[in-house]
Amino acid sequence: MMNFFTSLINNLISGLSVGSIYALIALGYTMVYGIAKMLNFAHGDIIMVGAFAVIVSVSSLGLPSIIAILIAVAVCVVLGVVIEAIAYRPLRNASPLAVLITAIGVSYLLQNLALLIFGSTQYSFPRLFQMEAIHFGQITISGQSIITLLVTTIIMIALHFFINQTKIGKAMRAVSEDKGAAELMGISVNRTISVTFAIGSGLAAIAGLFYGLTYGFIGPYTGSMPGIKAFVAAVFGGIGSIPGAMLGGILLGVIESFSKAYISTELSDAIVFGILILVLTIRPFGLLGKKTNEKV
Amino acid sequence: MKIKKLFTGNFKIYSFMVIAFLVVFVLSQMGLLSRHASSLLVPICINIILAVSLNLNVGFLGELTLGHAGFMSVGAYGGCLLSIALEAAAVPVLIRFPIAMIFGGLVAAAFSVVIGIPVLRLKGDYLAIVTLAFGEIIRSVIINLNFTGGAAGLKGTPQDSNYIICFVVIMIMLFLLLHLVNSKHGRAITAIRDNRIAAEACGINVTYYRLLTFVVAAFFAGVAGVLYGHNYSILTAGTFDYNKSIEILVIVVLGGMGSIMGSIISAIVITILPEAFRAVGDYRMLIYAIVLIIVMIVNASDRFIWLKDLLNPKYQINRFRNQRNAKKGKEAL
Repeated sequence: MMNFFTSLINNLISGLSVGSIYALIALGYTMVYGIAKMLNFAHGDIIMVGAFAVIVSVSSLGLPSIIAILIAVAVCVVLGVVIEAIAYRPLRNASPLAVLITAIGVSYLLQNLALLIFGSTQYSFPRLFQMEAIHFGQITISGQSIITLLVTTIIMIALHFFINQTKIGKAMRAVSEDKGAAELMGISVNRTISVTFAIGSGLAAIAGLFYGLTYGFIGPYTGSMPGIKAFVAAVFGGIGSIPGAMLGGILLGVIESFSKAYISTELSDAIVFGILILVLTIRPFGLLGKKTNEKV
Repeated sequence: MKIKKLFTGNFKIYSFMVIAFLVVFVLSQMGLLSRHASSLLVPICINIILAVSLNLNVGFLGELTLGHAGFMSVGAYGGCLLSIALEAAAVPVLIRFPIAMIFGGLVAAAFSVVIGIPVLRLKGDYLAIVTLAFGEIIRSVIINLNFTGGAAGLKGTPQDSNYIICFVVIMIMLFLLLHLVNSKHGRAITAIRDNRIAAEACGINVTYYRLLTFVVAAFFAGVAGVLYGHNYSILTAGTFDYNKSIEILVIVVLGGMGSIMGSIISAIVITILPEAFRAVGDYRMLIYAIVLIIVMIVNASDRFIWLKDLLNPKYQINRFRNQRNAKKGKEAL
């Protein structure tokens, strides 16, 4: 009984740690969706770019960890803003499907650029932090989980304040509510969307860092599966809702960890997706999504 | 006048297919097609079937679904398993293969009913993500089953697919789908796309028609899967991931939503494009991605309308005529 309890706690903690990575990625999805009303399929690949930026700056350039992380964040922020300006901005008034396909094109582009530069081999991710695991009796919390949980919690709280307290955050909420009215109030819609992409991509860089630390290996296609799962998480929590993305990501991680531990490793993805479908059939707008009534 | 009729409306599509088929047939009879080129024929046909059937969902019903590859894989496994069993019972190809195709299609259709009833309550992006999730579930379940060959894949399917059979299947599909689209039912489906609430108020059973479209599209995806399974010596579930669904969606959107002719042409172009770039080696997928982005931006952005006009021969001819007529008008005055 005690054994079961400890394994339960251990799996819960690893689930929370993976889930908070998903939450970071899902935040990027959901913010972009809420503000630009588009599904940014290339978001998953920004994670890969961020992780590679860390690898290059630590392994090849020999920079210290903190600077490597800052470089990764800067690279991803610039990349996100540039992608938005070149590929998505001309399509501001186009059909959502056209934007979706363009985003898929950008995703292919990033993957194949990485493939050309780094080849198809998997790179091992440098161990940036050395932190001792903490033991509570039989419960072990790895140092890596502690850092992941700590940093993501701080980021989420900061993001919450940023969205709700600052002027730019207010502008972002206004644009997501009504683009036209926001523009009439003197808000620059283009700049607000750029800021959203910058924040989303910065978060993706951090997510890429933790993803690399957790799984140890990075390749050109690494970003796509966590990207899809984070997308699922964002929908799970109600797409467009920031607390929803956090909740969705963490729940997804915990469900995945439990189903890997107690049901089947191979079927864990199927179980995660199955629960998503179940939730959406009961709550068609996600856990925290707003139900919008159609007007005639 | 009668010849002109062959190149307008629905006949245009049939004529295009027949001409394309005849060209390919003559070329291959004369031995002018390289082995590489002829190995592309069946994939092109399969992509045409997939794109036209997905277009029914995306273009005519207006629902974004990302699980088309899932239905394709279910159909492929159903059809291939039946084919293996029938081959063991020494049933000749001409009976075996059509039965396998219909069976594969029906399996996919059955799955789509089971999936569709809960899923079609959802709309828009939620529907997209749930169909994507279903595709992924189907894939991981198939990998974990024994009779499907698991992750190693299903071996021993007779390789019955060839482009002539594929062409016949495409013609049958086009005949059925064009009749569906141009019938009362087709108009109901497009009415739902244009305004669901108004369609409902006019007495159209929205749930019924959404499910009908979903099932018909899944049936043909299943048939395409059977053709696919009979084209290669090994069938692995890994090929049918969401990337495959997205690839089909790219074909549909590039061809133009709700345009069957567009889907056919775009399926041909998109299948050949990465192969045509084979000369540039490692850069081919990169070029493909860049071409995709540029085509989407130029096609959909309001900043590039002038470029589209510039490239559109009809627009140029009309402009020329207008200028000439204006000149004539001045002279007459």
